[in-house]
Amino acid sequence: MSRKSFAVLATAVAMATSVVAQQNVHINGAGATFPYPIYSKWFAEYAKLHENAQINYQSIGSGGGIRQVTAQTVFFGATDGPMTPEQLLAAPGKILHFPTVLGAVVPVYNVEGVSELKFTGPVLADIFLGKITKWNDPAIAKLNPGVNLPVADITVAHRSDGSGTTYIFVDYLAKLSSEWKEKVGIATSVNWPVGVGGKGNEGVAGLVKQTPGAIGYVELIYALQNKISYGTVQNSAGEFVRASVESVTACAAAAVKSMPKDFRVSITNAPGTGVYPISSFTWLLVYENPKDKVQAKVFVDFMKWALTDGQKFAPELGYAPLPAEIVKLEMAAISQIKL
Amino acid sequence: MAGTRARVRIGGDLGFRLLTGGFAVLVIVIVIGIGFELWRQSQLSIQKFGFGFWATKTWDPVSGDFGALPFIWGTLYSSILALLISTPVALGIAIFLSELAPNWLKQPLGFLTELLAAIPSIVYGLWGIFVLVPWVRTLQLHMPALLKATPFFSGPPLGVGMLSAALILAVMVIPFSSSVAREVLKAVPVAQREAAYALGATQWEAIRAALFYARTGIIGAVMLGFGRALGETMAVTMLIGNNPQISWSLNAPQYTMAAVLANEFTEASDELYLHALIEIGLVLFIITLFVNVLSRLLIWSMARSMSPKARRVVAAPASEAA
Repeated sequence: MSRKSFAVLATAVAMATSVVAQQNVHINGAGATFPYPIYSKWFAEYAKLHENAQINYQSIGSGGGIRQVTAQTVFFGATDGPMTPEQLLAAPGKILHFPTVLGAVVPVYNVEGVSELKFTGPVLADIFLGKITKWNDPAIAKLNPGVNLPVADITVAHRSDGSGTTYIFVDYLAKLSSEWKEKVGIATSVNWPVGVGGKGNEGVAGLVKQTPGAIGYVELIYALQNKISYGTVQNSAGEFVRASVESVTACAAAAVKSMPKDFRVSITNAPGTGVYPISSFTWLLVYENPKDKVQAKVFVDFMKWALTDGQKFAPELGYAPLPAEIVKLEMAAISQIKL
Repeated sequence: MAGTRARVRIGGDLGFRLLTGGFAVLVIVIVIGIGFELWRQSQLSIQKFGFGFWATKTWDPVSGDFGALPFIWGTLYSSILALLISTPVALGIAIFLSELAPNWLKQPLGFLTELLAAIPSIVYGLWGIFVLVPWVRTLQLHMPALLKATPFFSGPPLGVGMLSAALILAVMVIPFSSSVAREVLKAVPVAQREAAYALGATQWEAIRAALFYARTGIIGAVMLGFGRALGETMAVTMLIGNNPQISWSLNAPQYTMAAVLANEFTEASDELYLHALIEIGLVLFIITLFVNVLSRLLIWSMARSMSPKARRVVAAPASEAA
């Protein structure tokens, strides 16, 4: 044990002396839980390449991330929903948004004897509004000809905790149902008209798996890993698309043309073919003029790496990598950061 | 020399008194501090909603409309139900362990009940999701129509909901109330029991006398469990269904104050929302305080209403020690 630790120490010393010119940099960040797996992978991989850079990320939730970065208690934040204009105004300096990867939300269900179901935005909205209450409702039957839908009650399951997953899902519903937009709206937690709340993706998945007739929504990666059946969703081109890494990246690529300069954009229901419509970016939040220039240099280098080499880690963790066009736009935007 | 030693002793006494007194004061300062901070950090919500916050049913983070009533209801309803279920069981355990169990069984059985208290609440929650909820759903599915027609069992059989939450709370509360009740029963003087037997009482009658003698302590034990049930978070949020509605139905998904705090705090980004959540914390704080004060008063009034003779008996061990 002591010999081993001595060896470790010796290597560490050797490494330290080899980079003696560079001092160790510790960077703290906080925010969204949804991208936590890929971020921690990135920080670990990046630290392997740059021994002097230690990036520490606390997944306290998007809301917490925005609060911490506004209070400047952390160097960078992370969020699943872009900051609102009021939140940006409340910050002491200009905050830039950088999309890092993409995620998708899928409708999962538990209907006896039914494996494959098709949904549209308006039908999903009506189900989650409590207007469609039976599985054999004509609206569902019309989308799924030939499927033997049971005369069963629908139990809606949703997230009880505030979540970026909820944000993406209700953002999509609000785009396709004016009633949803008026009655419920868009936020990380909303006033659900009906249903049961489960904590976390695992809570919703558990409710759906156990309750006959249940429908809920979870992150794509969660449905894939746990082999829960999920439905296809109609995109704006009228196709019924199954969520996959490719169809989610396609969604971002389709949104390139309408991409605003600050990347604060919702890409749910993006136009184009092959697009899975309930997809979204997740963002890093960095000040345009960061206080600590040493940290800023390291972090900019990290972001450049994450947007290029780092993207290859995304699919294995269930995220969709950014399309090349977006990476190009972001590289240009990174140069705005004052070092 | 002797004088110095005496002075040192007095100095030591004084120091010790100040130190321990300081710790006692610290507790009071912390409690007041928590209350003050909760009040201060929920100002936006207090100013906007006033006392209406306590009586409003809406909880809408999108439109910024907040009220605590469904959460207050859910918290009190689930805790009271849990007490109704747990109190007889806990009392039974306490009586068995202190009066009836053979000596070789007392230790391991007491140890096992207390072990229940050591299980983390997330484990209770997981067990609840995977074991209890399916049981409850089966129960709800096979409930006779007569019961289903009552407001207590209306609604679809979801499994998750008030009944599951109350059951898990009851299990979690049992070790607390049973171990305190057992200690209280143990503290009943042997003379009390012997006197009962001497008068020709059966075992059941002697135990009844002991229970009557220990009743204030037993109520204290129950109230301790109540306090614990009010604040329980993780297991409850996993089982209660998290839907802020007010319903008598045990089948209905509902919500508690602790659960909404745990669920929504991290993602509450705008100020009013955050302040409303902290005000929920303040409401929970006030209700817990109120329950504790009420139970103190209850115990105090019961002790007062005892006959002077009984009071002398209660006070006897203390005066003997003096």
